[in-house]
Amino acid sequence: MKKSFAAYPYLVWAIIFIIAPLLLVAYYGLTVEMPDGSMVFSVENFYKFFSSPIFMAAFWRSIWMAALATIICLIIGYPVAYYLSGSIFKNKKLLLLLLVIPMWMNLLLRTYAWLILLDNAGLINTLIKALGFEPIEFLYHEYSIVFGMVYNFLPFMILPIHSVLVKMDNSLIEAAGDLGANKRKVFFKVTFPLSLPGVISGITMVFMPAVTTFAISDILSGRTIQLMGNIIEDQFLRSDNWNFGSTMSIILMVLIILSMVISSKYEKENEGGGLF
Amino acid sequence: MSKALKKFYVFLVFVFMYAPIVVLMAYSFNDSRSSSAIWRGFTFDWYIKMLSDSQMMKALQTTLVIALSSSLIATIIGTLAAIGINNMKKRTKNAIMNITYVPVLSPDIVTGISLMLLFVFLRVPLGRYSLLLAHITFNIPYVIISVLPKLNQLNKNMYEAALDLGASPSYAYRKIIIPEIMPGIVTGFLLALTLSIDDFVVSFFTSGAGASNLSIYIYSAVSKKYNPSINALSTIMFVVIFLLLVLINSRSKEKTKKNVNY
Repeated sequence: MKKSFAAYPYLVWAIIFIIAPLLLVAYYGLTVEMPDGSMVFSVENFYKFFSSPIFMAAFWRSIWMAALATIICLIIGYPVAYYLSGSIFKNKKLLLLLLVIPMWMNLLLRTYAWLILLDNAGLINTLIKALGFEPIEFLYHEYSIVFGMVYNFLPFMILPIHSVLVKMDNSLIEAAGDLGANKRKVFFKVTFPLSLPGVISGITMVFMPAVTTFAISDILSGRTIQLMGNIIEDQFLRSDNWNFGSTMSIILMVLIILSMVISSKYEKENEGGGLF
Repeated sequence: MSKALKKFYVFLVFVFMYAPIVVLMAYSFNDSRSSSAIWRGFTFDWYIKMLSDSQMMKALQTTLVIALSSSLIATIIGTLAAIGINNMKKRTKNAIMNITYVPVLSPDIVTGISLMLLFVFLRVPLGRYSLLLAHITFNIPYVIISVLPKLNQLNKNMYEAALDLGASPSYAYRKIIIPEIMPGIVTGFLLALTLSIDDFVVSFFTSGAGASNLSIYIYSAVSKKYNPSINALSTIMFVVIFLLLVLINSRSKEKTKKNVNY
């Protein structure tokens, strides 16, 4: 079977639509437009980004909110993954499928649905009022964005942890028990350390889409709170500063590559060590 | 913790996951123009209004046309690519697979703006065709990733046996290889279809004013007035995606059953 030419159409496609666009982002990101319309190589936009309090605030806000959402997902999601891998439930396969299904509904629709629920005149506030309490303004806070991230990306945390826990060798847990460890000790000394690869990939899978989102923050904050994604969107669609938008995209890519490198490094270390 | 408490905890998380979806669906039948929670009786009005909303229907049409055509084209290019990649030397194979993973791993917003820059650079007007090209681009990797494992599992002797028995290479491919990897091709196609229907970010940057798909329509509608027809539409979309998912799932179950039988 020496028919590699079947891949040629794809190779042409990949060069035009995968490689060339990234080169264009790099080109725009590393140049500035002169008044006469010509492009000149410059790192001015990087300087502009890192020296501007507004952009840096959005940068740290994105990281902080994505990190907070990731931690909350881990706290909520780990027990779910743990219980679903144990023997509590009989129809575990069905429950797992039920967990995946909302993920396939359009992210915008899911977020929009919370808008209806959390609105000042929405279902939850109507209930609160009916019980005789003051209505709470849920929306348009930084925390409503974190809430939206947690809701949208929670399955990304549960699934990888679950798949590691299911594959785990049960005899290790039994052995720890036989050697006198109590349930708590077994969990913290055996189960949890062994599930770390799943935890790490869960963290990456939640953090990456959360740090780059702009739809969630747009909808749940009513365009009042800006994340990195919002500013990039703004540069391309409203401010028309493609050079600066590209610079920010490069920064975002570096952030993503960094988190991927860290997680893959950690996973490898864990493979080698840990057990023996 | 007792068993019941653990069950209750998982139950609560599922309530959290499904609450907004259930509410959205329920409100699509609520005979009220506002988003306030009061139930004013059952109605199909919003479904009827949805059908007469020309903008919404046009967006739905765009979504379906783009999804079907992009996943079809992506399946053809992707399957051919997988066959070609499978026959390559290991180093070239790895290099190409690394490029293939770029659209999968890079953030949607970067894929979106980079393609937008390309279209402007090539003077492709932002509209239906740019949207189609963008969707094909992010769909192909998923087809390749679905088909390649099937090719790896393939018994190489089968193809050679076919040639020994007098089949031409193209005949052998059509009659032996393609049927064998068909499950992977279909899974890739369905995956591409779902991703295309679901996409917002890439579409947002690569489509022009006249070519909004449903996601873009919803995005712009959310910031305007509350519109229960969107709920009606979401209900239908959810049911469609749900059915697609069940289809994909039952296929993969069949597959594992078959493997067990061997």
